[in-house]
Amino acid sequence: MRLPPFSGILLVLIVLCPLSTVLAGDPPPLPAGLGAAPPPLPAGLGTDVADTGYVATAPAVSQVDVSGFWENAAGTRTQNDPYERQTSLLESRLQLSVELPGDTLSMKLTGDFLYDTVAESHELDLETGEGFFDLREAWLFYRPADRVDIKAGRQTLTWGTGDLLFINDLFPKDFRSFFIGRDDEYLKAPSDAIKLSLFFDAVSLDLVYTPRFDPNRYIDGSRISFYNPATGSINGRDNTLDASVPDDWFSDDEIAARLYTNWHGYELAAYGYTGFWKNPAGLDPVSGEAIFPELDVAGVSGRGTIGPGIGNAEFGYYHSGDDTSGRDPAIANSELRFMAGYEQEVARELTLGLQYYLERMQDYDRYRDSLPAGSPARAHNRHVFTVRLVWLALQQNLRLSAFNYYSTSDDDGYLRAAASYRLDDHWTLSGGLNLFYGNEEHTFFGQLEKNSNVYTKIRYGFESF
Amino acid sequence: MRVTMNITSKTRYCRSGIVFLLFLQICIPWRLYAATPSLDEIIRKTEHTAYYLGNDGSARVKMTITDSQGRERKRRFSILRLDQQTEQQDQEAFSGNQKYYLHIDYPSDLKNTVLLVWKNPGGDDDRWLYLPALDLAKRIAASDKRTSFLGSDYLYEDISGRGMNADSHELVETTKDYYVIRNVPKQADTVEFSEYTMWIHRQTFLPVKVEYLDKRGKKYRVYDVLGVETLQGYPTITRSRMQDLVSGQESTMEFSHIKYDRGLPEDIFTERYLRNPPNDLLR
Repeated sequence: MRLPPFSGILLVLIVLCPLSTVLAGDPPPLPAGLGAAPPPLPAGLGTDVADTGYVATAPAVSQVDVSGFWENAAGTRTQNDPYERQTSLLESRLQLSVELPGDTLSMKLTGDFLYDTVAESHELDLETGEGFFDLREAWLFYRPADRVDIKAGRQTLTWGTGDLLFINDLFPKDFRSFFIGRDDEYLKAPSDAIKLSLFFDAVSLDLVYTPRFDPNRYIDGSRISFYNPATGSINGRDNTLDASVPDDWFSDDEIAARLYTNWHGYELAAYGYTGFWKNPAGLDPVSGEAIFPELDVAGVSGRGTIGPGIGNAEFGYYHSGDDTSGRDPAIANSELRFMAGYEQEVARELTLGLQYYLERMQDYDRYRDSLPAGSPARAHNRHVFTVRLVWLALQQNLRLSAFNYYSTSDDDGYLRAAASYRLDDHWTLSGGLNLFYGNEEHTFFGQLEKNSNVYTKIRYGFESF
Repeated sequence: MRVTMNITSKTRYCRSGIVFLLFLQICIPWRLYAATPSLDEIIRKTEHTAYYLGNDGSARVKMTITDSQGRERKRRFSILRLDQQTEQQDQEAFSGNQKYYLHIDYPSDLKNTVLLVWKNPGGDDDRWLYLPALDLAKRIAASDKRTSFLGSDYLYEDISGRGMNADSHELVETTKDYYVIRNVPKQADTVEFSEYTMWIHRQTFLPVKVEYLDKRGKKYRVYDVLGVETLQGYPTITRSRMQDLVSGQESTMEFSHIKYDRGLPEDIFTERYLRNPPNDLLR
C-alpha cells in the first residue's frame, strides 16, 4: 500500500495539534452554546432569518405597572425661629403609581398619601398639594401620528439648561418642599396642562397650554418664614401671605412654547411664555393682597460638549406686562435673566458643576424713584454663583452632594448638602442640611436664615412585576 | 473487458482519494496557519461580534450584583442599539458610531430612568440622562469610561466597548478553540490595569474570557461568558459574569428578548423618546 504524498506532514500535524493545546496553558472550557459542533450559520446573514430569540420568549403583553415608596422624614430648624415651629419636617408619605405603558397610548396615575404633622392646614387642596393627598400625575399620552405626541392631564414639566436654576422653565415649582428637605423631585409641582409636541426633520416644537394658571407653591410663611416688603418685617405661620391667584378657566391661562433642535450633539432652543409671574410679584393697592401680575418671557438656550465637560448658556427677557414703564412700585419691573454653566467629571465618580446667574432689573432708576422711603432696595444686578459637587462611592450606593448658591450682590447664600445610602434594592437612608445665610433680612436667601434645617429620611421602594 | 474497466474505475477512485487527501493536507495547514486571520483582523472581528452584530439590536437585561457575603442587588433594563454605518460601509467590518437607549425598570428608585448615549469612538460620547420624576432631560459630562456601570462590576467601557486602538495587541497563541491575545494599554496612566488577556473563540470571534492584571501584574478581574446562543444567525452572548477578585464581588448579566435587525428608526435615540419611551420596542 502506497501512502499518499505529504501524508508525513499530515501525521506531524495530527501529533502537533494536541501538543499546541497543551502548550496553550489553561484555556477556558467552551461555554454552553459553543460546543464542538457550533450551530451552523443560516444562509445569508440577512434580515430574513427566523427570529429565534424573540419568538422563543414571546413578547410580553402590555401590563399594568404598579410602583411606589413609603417614606418617613423628620427635620428640625438648627436655630430658633420666633415665627415658625422648631420642627421643620415630620411626615409619613406613601406614594402609589399606576402606569399603563403603551407605544401610541399610555397613561399614568401617581398620588401621595401624606400624614404631615407640621402642616397647619389639613384641608384637601389638590391645587396646592395641601391635605392628606397630593395628586402628582394623572395623564394620558397619545401618539396620533408619526410626528405628533400629545400628553394631557396632570404632569410634571421641565425644560431649560440650568441646574437648580430656571429662566425659561416657567412650570410650577414647590419651594416649600425644596427648602425643608423633601426629595428633589418635589421641587417640581405638577401642571394641569396639555402638551402638544410636533417633530419636524430639522426642529421640534413643544406647546404647553395650561387652561388655568398654576402658580408656584410659593413661600407664604406657613412653613418657611420670609421677609414681606409690604410690612417690612419677617412673616411666619401666624401671619401668612394673602395672595389672590388668577384662577379663571381659559382666561387666566398660560402658554409655554419651546422650539428646539439637536445639531451634532449641540442642543439649541428658543422659548416663549405668556402668563403670570409664578411667585407673588406685586400688591393690589386696594385690598393689600399679593398678586401675580402678567408676565411674558422670550428666551434662548444652548448646551453641548465643551472640552472635557458640558457647557450651557441660557437667556430670557421677562416682560412685566402690568408695569411696562417700571414706574409702578407695587408691581415687579421687567428683567433680563442670563446664566452660563459648566459641568465636568474632575475625578472618578466626582462631578463638579459651576454656574453664573444674573437678574438685571429694567428701568432701575424708576424703581428706585418709586420705592417708598425707608424700603430696602433690590440690587440692580443680582449676581449668583453656584457650585455643585457630587461624589458617588461604595459601588454608587452612597451619594454625597453639595450645592451652594452664593450671591455677590446680596452677600447671601444657600447651601444644600445631602447624603443618601442605598441599603439594598428597597431601603434608602438619607439625610441633609439646608443652610441659609446672609447679612440682611430682606435679601433673597438672607430672609430665610432662620429656616436653616437638618433632616433625615428613610424610604422603602417597591414595585410589581 | 469488464475487468479492465473495473480496474480503471478503481484506479480513478484511488486517484480521487489521493486528490482529496492532498486537498486536506493543503487545507488543514491553511486553516491553521496560512489562513489564520491577521492579528488586526482578529481584533477587529472580535470588536464587531462583541458590540456591532446586525445593523441594530435590542435586548432585556437582568443584572445581579453579589457581594462577598452573598448579598444581592438587582438591576433590570432594556437596551436598544443602532449602528450608524452608511450604506457603503461593510456591515461586517463596521466599528464606528452607535447610539444606545437604555431604559431602567428596576430597582424602583431608578424606574423609568433612561440613559441615552451617542457613542463616538473617535472622541467623547454624548450622554443624556432622563429623570422621570422631574421630567428632566439632563446632559451628563462624558465621564471616565472605567467607572462602574449602574453600580455593578461591569464598567461603562465593558458595555459600550473599548476601542481597539486603545491597546497594543499580541497574539500569544492559537489553541484548538481560541486565539489568545494579550493587550497592553497605550496610555497606561488612564486605566487601572497593566494588561489583559482575551480568549477569542476562533469560529465566532466571541471573547469568551478576559483576565485583567493590575499594575503589579496580579490577576484581579475576570470576565467569563457563561452562555451563547445563535440568534438570527448571530452568535450572541446571553449570559456573562464579571468577577472582582479583590473585593470578592461579582456581577452577572442575563440577556433575553434579543432581537437583531429590527429596523429601529434613528429618532428613537432623541429627546422625544427620552421623555416618552418607545414602550413596544422595550418589551
